[in-house]
Amino acid sequence: MTYIPHSPKERDVMLATIGVKSLEDLFKDVPAKHRFPKLDLPPALTEMEAAVELQELAISNENNCTDLVSFLGAGVYNHYIPAVVDHILRRGEFYTAYTPYQPEISQGTLQAIFEYQGLMANLTGMEVSNASHYDGATAVAESVNMAYAQFRGKRTKVVISPTVHPQYRETLRTYVQDMGLTLVGDDPLLISNLDSLISLIDANTALVIVQYPDFFGRVFDFTGLIEAAHAQGALVCVAANPTALALFKTPGEMGADIVVGEGQPLGIPMSFGGPYLGFFTTKKAYIHKMAGRLVGETVDNRGQRAFVLTLTAREQHIKRERATSNICTNQGLLALAAAVYLSLLGQTGLRQVAELCYHKAHYAAEKISKIKGYELCFDAPFFHEFSVCCPKPVAEINDQLLEHGILGGYDLGQDYPSLEDHMLIAVTEMNTKDEIDALCEILAEVNHD
Amino acid sequence: MTEPTIYELSSPGRAGVTFPDPDVPRAKLPDSLLRADLPLPELAEVDVLRHYVNLSKYNYNVDGGFYPLGSCTMKYNPKINEDTARLPGFTFTHPLQPIETVQGNLALMYTLQEWLKEISGFTAMTLQPAAGAHGELTGVLIMRAYHKDRGDAKRVKMLIPDSAHGTNPASSGMIGLDVVQIPSDARGNVDLAALKAACDETVVGLMLTNPNTLGLFDEHVEEVVKIVHECGGLVYGDGANLNALLGILRPADVGIDVMHFNLHKTFSTPHGGGGPGSGPVGVTEKLAEFLPSPIVGILEEGNDDMPPLFGFITQKKTIGRVKSFHGHFGVIVRAYTYIAMHGADGLRQVAEYAVLNANYLRTRLNKTYRLPFDRICMHEFVAEGKVEGSDIRALDIAKRLMDYDFHPPTNYFPLIVHEALMIEPTETENKVTLDAFADALIKIAEEAKTQPELLHEAPHKTPFGRMDEVKAARELVLCCWLPEDYEKK
Amino acid sequence: MNIPSNLKYTKTDEWFDPASGRMGLSDYAQSQLSDIVFVEIVVAVGETVEAGKPIASVESVKAAAESYAAVSGKVVVVNESLADAPEILNSDPYGAGWMVQVEGGDASGLMNAAAYEKYCAERAH
Repeated sequence: MTYIPHSPKERDVMLATIGVKSLEDLFKDVPAKHRFPKLDLPPALTEMEAAVELQELAISNENNCTDLVSFLGAGVYNHYIPAVVDHILRRGEFYTAYTPYQPEISQGTLQAIFEYQGLMANLTGMEVSNASHYDGATAVAESVNMAYAQFRGKRTKVVISPTVHPQYRETLRTYVQDMGLTLVGDDPLLISNLDSLISLIDANTALVIVQYPDFFGRVFDFTGLIEAAHAQGALVCVAANPTALALFKTPGEMGADIVVGEGQPLGIPMSFGGPYLGFFTTKKAYIHKMAGRLVGETVDNRGQRAFVLTLTAREQHIKRERATSNICTNQGLLALAAAVYLSLLGQTGLRQVAELCYHKAHYAAEKISKIKGYELCFDAPFFHEFSVCCPKPVAEINDQLLEHGILGGYDLGQDYPSLEDHMLIAVTEMNTKDEIDALCEILAEVNHD
Repeated sequence: MTEPTIYELSSPGRAGVTFPDPDVPRAKLPDSLLRADLPLPELAEVDVLRHYVNLSKYNYNVDGGFYPLGSCTMKYNPKINEDTARLPGFTFTHPLQPIETVQGNLALMYTLQEWLKEISGFTAMTLQPAAGAHGELTGVLIMRAYHKDRGDAKRVKMLIPDSAHGTNPASSGMIGLDVVQIPSDARGNVDLAALKAACDETVVGLMLTNPNTLGLFDEHVEEVVKIVHECGGLVYGDGANLNALLGILRPADVGIDVMHFNLHKTFSTPHGGGGPGSGPVGVTEKLAEFLPSPIVGILEEGNDDMPPLFGFITQKKTIGRVKSFHGHFGVIVRAYTYIAMHGADGLRQVAEYAVLNANYLRTRLNKTYRLPFDRICMHEFVAEGKVEGSDIRALDIAKRLMDYDFHPPTNYFPLIVHEALMIEPTETENKVTLDAFADALIKIAEEAKTQPELLHEAPHKTPFGRMDEVKAARELVLCCWLPEDYEKK
Repeated sequence: MNIPSNLKYTKTDEWFDPASGRMGLSDYAQSQLSDIVFVEIVVAVGETVEAGKPIASVESVKAAAESYAAVSGKVVVVNESLADAPEILNSDPYGAGWMVQVEGGDASGLMNAAAYEKYCAERAH
C-alpha cells in the first residue's frame, strides 16, 4: 500500500507534459548498472495487517502499565501524563508542521515554544531557555561546546562529577574526543564529595558539570561549589531533574551559569528511550554562544504581537563551519508536550507530583532500610531515588522481583565498580503504598533464600 | 487577533490537574534546600486545552495543505503511524528494562536496521542518532576514528560542495576539522577539477549530498567517489534527499562509505514543528566496528520453535554513545510501520512519483521562472525567485504564496543560486494540487509586473503579516513570566 | 556609498585609518550585512594581531561574518561600547563603529578610496 494519489491517466498526462515516455526515463542520470536494484523486503502490508503486526510486537514486551510495577528510574521516570497532553500533540496543526521558518503561518508553534522557553527559565531559575536539544545527554555535551566557545578555546579543561549520569558522561566523551579538551573528575572509582571536585577547578577550567539531584538521587546545595568555580573564572553547568525543581532550590538561585537536563519527566512517555527532550537554559549574557533555536517576541506589520525565530545567524544554516553547534531539527513536539504539561499542572500540580515522589520514596527507603541485609548507602537528602546496598547481586534480586511482576532498580555496579550489589531505586507518584510494601516483602524473601 | 500567552491567562488559585493525597506518611522536607516560589501559570484544564487549540490554528501544516518545502520532504504523515507509535506495549517500556522483557522492541529495531541496510546497501547500521545533523556528527566522528585507527592522524580536512546543507560544514567544524569548500560546475555537479586539486593525504573525506540541493543527481558520482578514495579519503552521503533514491539506487553501490538517513523525511515520520527526527547511520564493512554503541543484534540464534534472542552489542572500536539510550524509538516505530506497508515495490513508487511530481512542476514553471539548471531533476528543483521587469524578490513570492493558501518553498537556499526558491512537492500530492500551485506561481509572476506592491506587502490573508525581525533580535524578549513578576524583570 | 578618502581599505571590506591606527567595517560591508545585532571583538588589548586574521565576529538578522585585521600591529584599545550597541556599526561605521586600535600598522598594502570604490562597484553586479 502506498499513499500516492495519482490515477494512471494523470500519470501519463504528467509524463507527456515533461516529455518523457515512462517513469524509468526520469532516472537516466543514475548509473545504469546500479539502477533499480531489487530490494529484498517483506511483501507490503495493508493498514489492517500492519496494525496487527505492530500490536503483536508491542504486546510481546512486558510494559510498565499492565504487566510490571516499576521501581526503575536512572534518568527516565514513570510519571502520570494527563490526557490533554497527547490530545494537543495529536493535532495535525502541530505535529505535521515544519520548523517555523515562515512566521506568518507558524505562530502556533512559535508562541508555544516561546511559552516553553518561559516555563523552563522559570522552573530552572535562569534567564533564557533555547527551543530544546535532543535529550539530557546531548544538552550536557552542548554545554561544553558553549563554554569552549565562550572562552574562545583558551580554556581547555572540563571538570565533571562522576555522579553525573553515566550515559551523559559517555556522550560527552564522544562529543569532545580529539578536540584537545581534558575531562577530569570523570572517574567512577571516585564517588567524590563536593570538596574533591572543587580541588580540580583551576584557571584553565572552562566548565564544571554537576547533576541535581545526582545520579544516586542525592540533593546537594552547589552554592559553594559555584562560588569556587566562579572565583577561577569557570562556568558551571547543572544537569537538573525538572520534577525535583518543583520542590528544591533552583540552580539559578545557587548561581549556575547553565542549567540543562532531561525533560522526559514533563509529560513525555518512556517509549523505550525516546524521543525525549533536552532542555537548555542559561544567562542572557551567554545566548550568543548557546546552540539551538531561540524564539523572540516582536510585532508584525499590522501592529500585532507575534513571535519569530531570532538570533538565527548563530546557527549552522548561516554560520556553517563557524557555528557553535550543528543542531538543526530538535525536539519541537516534545517541547510542546512539556509546555502543555507544565501549564496543566501549574505550580500546585507540579509541586504535588514532586511531593508525592518525595514522600513515597522516603517511605520506601525507610522501609527497605529496616529489612535485614539492606541498608541505605548515603545519608544525604534525596528526592525520589535512592541507593540501597543489597545482600546479593542486584541482577539476582531483579530476576526474583521480575518473577513477581516487579521491575527492580538500576544496578549501580555496572558503572561504578565500588558500588557492586548497590541498587538505585526510583519511586514516583505512580507507585502505591501497596506496591512499595510488595517490593519490600520480596526483598526480604530474597535475603532469606 | 492574537492569543495571550499562557502566563497572561494565569489566575492565582486555579488548578488544571490535581493528584491524590499521599497514601504513605509524609516525610520531613529539608527546609534549607527548598525553593521559595514556583512561578508556573495557574489555569483550569479547559483553558489550557483551548489555549493550545487556538494556537494550533495559526499553524500551516501538511494535514491542512501543500507544503513544498525544498530539502524537507514534507510528505503526508500516515495516521496509522501515530497509532502504532502510541501502543502502550511500546510507550510504557523503560529503556533500561532487562532485554528479555523488551524483545518486541528489540526485534522491531533489529528488523528496521536490516531493512535500512537492504534499502541503502550498507552492511551495518545504528539507530541511535536523534536527527539528521546528529547522524552527520556520528558519521564524521566515525570517519576520523577510522583514519586514526590506521595511524593516519594527519587527515584534518573535510571537503564539502558549495551546495551543501549548513549542517555538513557545521558537523565537521564542531569536531575540529577544517572545511574546504568545493565549487559546483555549470551543470550543478561537483566540479571534478576542483575536487582533484583539493584531494591530498590530509583529506578525511567528502560530504556529498546526492541528489544535491539543486535536486540534481550528480552525473559523475562514481568519478567523484573514485577521486576521493584514491587520495585515501572516505565519502559521506547526506541522506536528506534519499526520497529520490528508494528502489532506484543503493548509495553504497556507488561507493558511499557512510550515510545518515532522515526517518522524518524519507520515511514519513512527522516533523513535529521542528522535531523529533531520527538520523540512523549506515556504514560499509570497514567502518562497522566504529559505530556508536550499543546497536541491536542477535545474542542467541533462534530456530523453528524459538525466536532469536535480541540484545545490545558494543562495537569493538566504537566512537562511543552519541546520546542516551537507544535512539528515538517512537520515531523508529513510525518508520517501521511505513516501510512494512510499502514493501520493495511501494518504496520504488515513492521515489518514482516524487521525481515525477517535481519534474511536472518544473516543466510547468520553466517558462515563467528562470531555472539555473533546467534538466531532468530528481525529487526537487530550484527556480530563481525573480521576474523580468520587476523588483520583487524570492521572499516576496514566498509570502504571496501564503495568500493562495500554499506553504512557500524553501527560499535563499542553496546559497549558490540567487533568490533561490527550492521546490519539493513529494509523491503524496495529486495533479490537481500541483496544477493549482503552478497556476498560483504563474499568476504571482504576473502580479509582480502589474501590482508589485501586492507582493511587497504580502501576505494579506493570513492571520499575521510580516514580522519585525530586527526588533526581535535587538530587544530580545525571550521569556514570559507571571504578570506579578514582570515588574521585577 | 560612503567611502572616506582619508582611509585605506581591504578586499574583505575593512577600513584602516593610518592617522589614528583604528580599524573597522566599511559602509559597504555593513549595508551588505543589514541590521547588525551582535558584535564580539575577539582580540584583547596587548595582543598582536596579524593582517587578515579575525578581530571580530559580527552577526546581523540574516548573516554572519568575520572582520579581519586590516594591518598587523599591537592592539592598544578595543571599542567596548559595541557589545551593547552593535547597531552603531550600521549607523556610524567609520566613526563610533571603530573596532580595534593598533599601533605600528603599515597601510602600504591596502587600497585607497578610489580603488576601493571601484572594487565595490564591480561586485554590485
